[in-house]
Amino acid sequence: MDTGRKIGDVILSFENISLSFGGVKALTNIGFDVREHEIRAIIGPNGAGKSSMLNVINGVYHPQEGEIIFHGKHRRDMNTYESAKSGIARTFQNIALFKGMSVLDNIMTGRNLKMKSNFLLDAIYWGPARREEIEHRKKVEEIIDFLEIQHIRKTPVGRLAYGLQKRVELGRALAAEPSILLLDEPMAGMNVEEKQDMCRFILDVNDQLGTTIVLIEHDMGVVMDISDRVVVLDYGKKIGDGTPDEVRTNRDVINAYLGVAH
Amino acid sequence: MFYREAGQFKATYAEDSQIFPIRQDRIGMAIILLVAFVAVPLFASPYYFSAILIPFLIFALATLGLNILTGYAGQLSLGTAAFMAVGAFASYNFMLRIDGMPILIAFMLSGLCAAAVGIVFGLPSLRIRGFYLAASTLATQFFIVWCLTKIGWFTNYSSSGVITAQQIEILGYAFDTPMSKYLFVLIVVSVMALLAKNMVRSNTGRSWMAIRDMDMAAEVIGFRPMRTKLLAFAVSSFYCGVAGALYAYAYLGTVEPEGFSIEMSFRILFMVIIGGIGSVLGSFLGSAFIVLLPTALNVMFHFLEKDLGLELPSGISSSVELMVFGALIIFFLIVEPHGLARLWQIGKEKLRLWPFPH
Repeated sequence: MDTGRKIGDVILSFENISLSFGGVKALTNIGFDVREHEIRAIIGPNGAGKSSMLNVINGVYHPQEGEIIFHGKHRRDMNTYESAKSGIARTFQNIALFKGMSVLDNIMTGRNLKMKSNFLLDAIYWGPARREEIEHRKKVEEIIDFLEIQHIRKTPVGRLAYGLQKRVELGRALAAEPSILLLDEPMAGMNVEEKQDMCRFILDVNDQLGTTIVLIEHDMGVVMDISDRVVVLDYGKKIGDGTPDEVRTNRDVINAYLGVAH
Repeated sequence: MFYREAGQFKATYAEDSQIFPIRQDRIGMAIILLVAFVAVPLFASPYYFSAILIPFLIFALATLGLNILTGYAGQLSLGTAAFMAVGAFASYNFMLRIDGMPILIAFMLSGLCAAAVGIVFGLPSLRIRGFYLAASTLATQFFIVWCLTKIGWFTNYSSSGVITAQQIEILGYAFDTPMSKYLFVLIVVSVMALLAKNMVRSNTGRSWMAIRDMDMAAEVIGFRPMRTKLLAFAVSSFYCGVAGALYAYAYLGTVEPEGFSIEMSFRILFMVIIGGIGSVLGSFLGSAFIVLLPTALNVMFHFLEKDLGLELPSGISSSVELMVFGALIIFFLIVEPHGLARLWQIGKEKLRLWPFPH
């Protein structure tokens, strides 16, 4: 499926990343790179360290060893605020929406870094604060249109079905207009139609906005279909890296998923 | 039938993001303001002003302050009365020590003092949460009351620790009657409630609620927990501080540090719970409910004794008040954790359909 988008240069790469919690080694010497505009999948059995890897990328976890090269800058680790500021947005494996707020407000929070007003201006809500609020509302409504969730924009997210919540969470991440989007199991627990919708959204985002996507997913059909390159982790080690076809035929990957005959 | 937004279309986002997007709500609010500013001063007696309306408004303001911190930003605090004490004693000292200090400026400054204290005592919230934070705010409560009692300077070395608030005077007009005090408090509280409503419906409020609901996700999308939590502490304490100043100046006239006890902190927390956690309207409902409850019980017992001739033990009213209080708190925590504000919202939803079943 060639949509004519151009995969660019490497914008984010990792070298020898090791992360451990006490004596437990979550990641050992992981190294891979992410190219601009591509869809990069991270797969692996449960507990392989996929989510830990995403947490390293946006600075929730700080690896003990290794180097991250982001936009040409070498660094030991990321921090959450900086990574958000430099255009990395993400969704979570277990939905991490703000339960007490409406869909609209949840997506609006995604734009907070683009808002300049402070609490005093907010309190007066006149002039700049009001203008800004409305300006960002327009942008958020575009996302709501894109994700086809117009009918629930004022509903508190706690009341929504699981599939819709996942979609709202994607919306919140998109609201930041990220250059890199990290998706942690965007299709977990969805039925076939919801998965198809989600795939469509991911491909559209990648295609139309040129957003680089790093995605963790368990549905192999989906992964093989939509990703450009796949990295495979098992027990915190990288066991495979390449195009879906290369990974599919990789002996170690097959062993990790199917087990080895003893 | 009467409360239906059918036919009210929003053509712009500005219209859709008003405080009261539904016309009936706007009319209702206008009526409430009209009653509060015009009808009440015309008809209420001094007793109503000084025993019910003024404390209701002042506690509503303090409740609003606590609601910002606990309801919106999710940081439980038991130090509300201490912040009120800071406000009361700070404005007393500003008025006392600076000649020609305008009272509104003194109130503002006392609010800022309370905010500064709030930031200091809010620092533990960066590390601990929930019950542990509540326990650490208890320290605020006891420490501040202790300071105000022990350090004579705060009370201008009054031997009993009691201070007498100066008169409220703006541009030569003295607010010395219950009615004028009521109007003064009403204006302050209305303006501050509007400011609070604006804060909670814009990015500031969203940052508080984001930290409350899922701090990890809030951090990842770029809210900074430290800044957000301390801002909540500061704004909340500012509100409590101004409420404390009004409590001293417009309600009691003379206050002592012990008056701002832990009991008062709990009372305000109950107002938040009964009124509605995370609701500006709820702050007013909770305050009204708890200020009115003793009066209502008194009236009821009076009626029972006088008109029905029942022999009731003396002091029964205050005991029953405590029992009703406790029962209500438990009732609300179980049945409606979002308080009277949620009941009102459910009522409105029902009203939209009435008289049809669905």
